[in-house]
Amino acid sequence: MADLARTRERRELRTRWLLLTPALIILFIAASGPLLITLIYSFLTPGDYGGVQWKFSTDAWFNVVFQRDIFDDTLGFADAHLSIFWRSVKLSLMTTVGAVILGFPTAYFIATRPANRRDFWMLLIMIPFWTNLLIRTFAVMELIRNEGTINTVLMALGIIDEPIQMLFTEFAIMVGMLYVYLPLMVLPLYASMERLDFSLVEAGYDLYATRLAVLRRIILPLVKPGLIAGSILVFVPSLGAYVTPRVMGGGKQLMLGNLIELQFGQGRNWPLGAALSITLLAIVMVALIFYVKSAGKEEVGHG
Amino acid sequence: MIEVDGVTKAYGSGKTRFLALDNVTVTIRKNEFFTLLGPSGCGKTTLLRVIAGFVDPTSGTVTMDGADLLKLPPYARPVNTVFQSYALFPHLTVRQNIAFGLEMLGKPRAEITQTVDEMMALVQMTKMADRQTGQISGGQQQRVALARALAPKPKVLLLDEPLSALDFKLRKDMQIELKRLQTETGITFIFVTHDQEEALTMSDRIAVMSAGAIRQIGSPRDIYDHPAERFVADFIGDTNFLPAEILSEADGVVQVRLGSGAEIAARPVEGAGRGAVTLAVRPEHATLGPEAGALLPGTLRNIVYFGTDTHYHVALDGGDSFVVRAQNQPDRASAVAEGDRVGITFPPGVGQVLRD
Repeated sequence: MADLARTRERRELRTRWLLLTPALIILFIAASGPLLITLIYSFLTPGDYGGVQWKFSTDAWFNVVFQRDIFDDTLGFADAHLSIFWRSVKLSLMTTVGAVILGFPTAYFIATRPANRRDFWMLLIMIPFWTNLLIRTFAVMELIRNEGTINTVLMALGIIDEPIQMLFTEFAIMVGMLYVYLPLMVLPLYASMERLDFSLVEAGYDLYATRLAVLRRIILPLVKPGLIAGSILVFVPSLGAYVTPRVMGGGKQLMLGNLIELQFGQGRNWPLGAALSITLLAIVMVALIFYVKSAGKEEVGHG
Repeated sequence: MIEVDGVTKAYGSGKTRFLALDNVTVTIRKNEFFTLLGPSGCGKTTLLRVIAGFVDPTSGTVTMDGADLLKLPPYARPVNTVFQSYALFPHLTVRQNIAFGLEMLGKPRAEITQTVDEMMALVQMTKMADRQTGQISGGQQQRVALARALAPKPKVLLLDEPLSALDFKLRKDMQIELKRLQTETGITFIFVTHDQEEALTMSDRIAVMSAGAIRQIGSPRDIYDHPAERFVADFIGDTNFLPAEILSEADGVVQVRLGSGAEIAARPVEGAGRGAVTLAVRPEHATLGPEAGALLPGTLRNIVYFGTDTHYHVALDGGDSFVVRAQNQPDRASAVAEGDRVGITFPPGVGQVLRD
C-alpha cells in the first residue's frame, strides 16, 4: 500500500518535471544565454572590424576602470568611464527621488478619488506610457530647447533676455527620464494605496497624529512595498537608459547605456562593451541589495 | 459636556440633495453612557463623525465644555473613537497600537509604558502584547481597539457599533464589560448602535434617530415605556397600535375612548393632536381574560410558544389585531385555545398616546 503510494508520487513528480522542461529550456536560453555570451565576450580580444577574436584576454575588464596613457604608457584611472558611471548613478537616483516626489501625491490623489473615477485618472497616467518612447522624448525636447515653449514664453514675458540652455544638459536627461518613467512609480504606489484602509488614516488623526505624523507613521509603512517596487522600476531602467540620454544629452552627456552602445558601434570594442554591460548589471544588483536591505531594516525598527 | 446645536449635514445639491443630519440638537452630559440608536442610514454615525471631526457639518455648532469643537482638527480634539472595523494598525503590535496615541501626545517613555500596561491589564490583553494585530481574534481586536482609544484618557469616547462584528455570546460579555469600563473610568461614552437591546442594557440615556433627526431622548425605561411617536414605539420592542379618541385631559392624564367603546386613562404626549389619536400598548403590559368585562373583546387567532413566554394573537372585533405576551409557568399549558372568544385588559395609565 505504501509502496503503491510512493510509486504514484514518484510518477507524478516525473510528469511534473517533464511538463516543466520546455518552459525551463526557453527560460534558460532566453534569460541566461545572452548573459552568458556577454560574459564570455568580455574575456575575449576585440576583432579589427568589430566582433571578437577567440583569444582570452582581461584587457576589457582592465579598461573598464583603468587606462594607459598613449604617450608615456603610465597607468591611470579611466576618468571618462568613471565620470559616466557617476553620472549614471547620480541621474538615476535623482530621477527616482523625483519620481517619488511627483508620484506619491499623484498616486494618493487617485487612490482617494471615488472608486468609479479612479480608472479615468489612471488612464491619464497610462496614455503617455502607451506612446512611443522616442516621440515622448522629443515632446519634452520641444518644451525645453532654446527655441522651445518654455524659453519662448519666458522671453515673450520679458523675464529673460536670452534663452536658458536646458537641452543637452544633465538636467535635460533627468527631466526626460522622469517623464518617461513616472508611470512606473505611480502604478505600484497606486496599487498599494488603493488597498490602504483609509479608516487607519482616520484612526491616526483620532489618536492625535498630525498630518505629517500620519504620513510618516501610518501611510508610509503601509505603502512601503509599493514604494520599493516603484523605486526599483524607475531606478533600474534609468541606470541603463539609452534613448533619453542620447536625445536629451545630445551625445555630449553620456550615460552607461550610451557608452556601451559606443563600444559595440564606433568603438569596435565588443569585449569592453560586454564588460561595461556586466558592470552595469553589477551596479544594479548592488544597489538593489543595498536598497532592499536598508528598507527591511527600517521595517524592523517600526515594528 | 457636549452640546450639539442645530447641526445639519447635507450631501449633494438640487434634486439629489440629501440631509444626513437634519437640525440635530442634543446635550450629552459628563460621565454619561449616551447611545445613538436608529436603523442604518438614520444619521447616527454621521453625528458621531461630526463630533470626532471627520465630517464638517453644513451648519450648526458643537461645543465641549463651552469650547468650539468644530474649530479644532480631529487630532486636536480630546475625543477618541473605537471604529466599527477597529482600524488597528496592521504594521504595529498590540502594545504599539495602544501606545500610539500617547506617543503622538509626546508623553514621556516611562509614563507611556505604565499606561499601556494598565490598559492591557484592563482589557485582559497583557499576554498578547507583542502579537501583530492580524494574529489575534475579532474579540481580542475589539478589546485592543478599546484600550487604544482609552489610553490617552479622552474626555469623551466615541464608539461606532463596536460590537456588531462579534458573535452573540461575546457580544453579551462585551456589553457588560463596556458598561463596567465606563463606570470605572468615568469617561463619557457616546455609543452608536442599531441594536435596541444593546442600547437598553447599557445606556444611561438613549437618543432614537430616524432620517437624520432625533425622534426622542430619554432613559431606556422612558423610551421603552413611553415612546413619543409611532416610529420609536415600533423600532424599540413590539407594540400594539390602537385607534383612540381623547375625551379629556387633566393633571397629566388623558381619558381616551377605545374602538370598542371602553374608556380608560392613558399617558399624554406633548404635541399630540386632539380627538383621534393612536394609543401604544406593549404586549406584556396587557393581559388575556374572559370576554366579559374586558376592555377589548376579540377572537384568539394564534398561540405562539417562545419558551420564556407565549404570544397570543387576537383579532379584535373592530378589525384591528392585538398581541398579548404572557410569561410561561413551568408545566402549565395555556387555558385558552385558538378560536376562543377572549377579552384584553390593561391597567389605566399604561397606554401611551403617540405623536403621529
